[in-house]
Amino acid sequence: MALLELKNVSKHFGAIHALNDVSLSLESGQVVGLMGDNGAGKSTLAKIIAGNFRPSHGSMQMEGRDLSMHRPIEARQHGIEIVHQDLALCDNLSAAANVFLGREIRKGFGPFKILDYATMYRRAGQIFAELRSETRPRDLVRQMSGGQRQAVAIARTRIADARIVVMDEPTAAISVRQVAEVLNLIRLLRDRGIAIVLISHRMPDVFSIADRVVVLRRGRKVADKQVAASSPEEVTGLITGAIEHAL
Amino acid sequence: MEIQFDDEVKRARFPLLAWLTSRQAFWVLLAVCFACVFLSFATSSFATANNIFNVARNFTFVAVVALGMTIVIITGGIDLSVGSVLCLCSMILAVVMHAGYSIEVGMAASLGTALLIGAINGVLIAYLDIPPFVVTLGMLSIARSLAMVASNNTVVFQFGPDHDKLLFLGGGALLFGIANPVIYMLALALVTGFLLHFTRFGRYVFAIGGNEHAAIVTGVPVRRTKVVVYMISALSAGIAGVIETGWLGAVTTNLGSGMELQVIAAAVIGGANLAGGIGTAFGALIGSALIEVIRNSLGLLGISAFWQGTFVGTFIIVAVAFDRIRNFRFPT
Repeated sequence: MALLELKNVSKHFGAIHALNDVSLSLESGQVVGLMGDNGAGKSTLAKIIAGNFRPSHGSMQMEGRDLSMHRPIEARQHGIEIVHQDLALCDNLSAAANVFLGREIRKGFGPFKILDYATMYRRAGQIFAELRSETRPRDLVRQMSGGQRQAVAIARTRIADARIVVMDEPTAAISVRQVAEVLNLIRLLRDRGIAIVLISHRMPDVFSIADRVVVLRRGRKVADKQVAASSPEEVTGLITGAIEHAL
Repeated sequence: MEIQFDDEVKRARFPLLAWLTSRQAFWVLLAVCFACVFLSFATSSFATANNIFNVARNFTFVAVVALGMTIVIITGGIDLSVGSVLCLCSMILAVVMHAGYSIEVGMAASLGTALLIGAINGVLIAYLDIPPFVVTLGMLSIARSLAMVASNNTVVFQFGPDHDKLLFLGGGALLFGIANPVIYMLALALVTGFLLHFTRFGRYVFAIGGNEHAAIVTGVPVRRTKVVVYMISALSAGIAGVIETGWLGAVTTNLGSGMELQVIAAAVIGGANLAGGIGTAFGALIGSALIEVIRNSLGLLGISAFWQGTFVGTFIIVAVAFDRIRNFRFPT
């Protein structure tokens, strides 16, 4: 059974059909590369999975049960995490504070609860070690490299037991060396049985790490196939419309 | 992991010194200390018990409001209404007590008014997305006008049956000859520092100022937090109003006019960053203290009080320029 199944999902914003009749299934421990030109509907699809939007038509099922989400926080409760393109980090806070942002660990009783710095530093340190990142929990994000910042954003998905991680253009704005770092992080998540949706413009990333590639064009799914059975040329053709539909 | 520990050791050879010198409040504290030492030698009247008592008490009103303002500034906002809110709260207290009610009723009415105004500010800013500058500029005008309405623009100096209690509250010295307002200020600074660093609310305040969008997408209740922030700011103005009423023993409708600029100056000199994300409770006190010491020293040195604005303004610019220069030296 698929971990997450989208059935004939559409999303309309007034007269604009951002997403049209898209079906998609995600499996544990699989990386799905989601590709498409600007405006093809990648972000809309990601936001539906992350609970930001509700589909206009169609349904979602998680392990065979109907799933309907109204807010991002509900997606999290179902084990769906998103790593935003801009990473959504606060530069003025420490790595640990960013990892636990919105989900702070506190101690004390009743209304008299204070932040549990020690536990948060320790947990963040464990997660960074697990991700093989040199990021230190107490360092300010302001002082970090692109790769470390990615690690902080990805570490967020590890504090809860995420089962699906949607990554929005994680390699768009970082150096070549750091891209390798990020791809390794994605492999680590995959090896832990997490289903990953990798939204990317970069063909090499998708072909080096994804198991399946899904191509959207003008809100429609035009390809959904094993990476091994496709090629960058074919995907380029699908994205631009030179090839109408994958075989 | 071992690599991490090694780095930790290398980095933290003089952790305390490195931490201190990275704080703007530390440098301002040095400036205050330097000014105090200089004045003790340069004038015969600075280091007298009487003058120290006065200096300490005078800056408390600005400092208490600056504590609330610092929280607002950390979120990246601004509250221009504090001076007027202080006046309105003083006036409500005075009018209610003058009408024969007890001091408890007066304070409840006064601080309740503050919270209500803060809530109005906060809701307009957080839920209707009106810029804080505009909302609080409007409230600056509204609150002062309401103070005039409440008192019919008269001076109130009789506070009913609890008259003496109120005067002791603001003008007395409960502990070791330290003026009561100073004690309130220190207590409120501790509460503010605690709120900012040990509660989830404080964490959200910093997160909103650092990256509001990030705060929203990570599930921080940004709007609710902002409303509370503006309520705290107005409450701090209300508390300062109550104390100042007790100290002055009379309330006029021009009380606290122009105070918002002094308060913002104090917060900024103390290290709060108007772009948001940075600020401390201690900085608010130190910034206020510096302004008061400047004011006091000009008088004692026989320099015309007209120069005060020049000195305070210079300090604002120097404090911020200092921050910039430091960032040039250690680019990140």
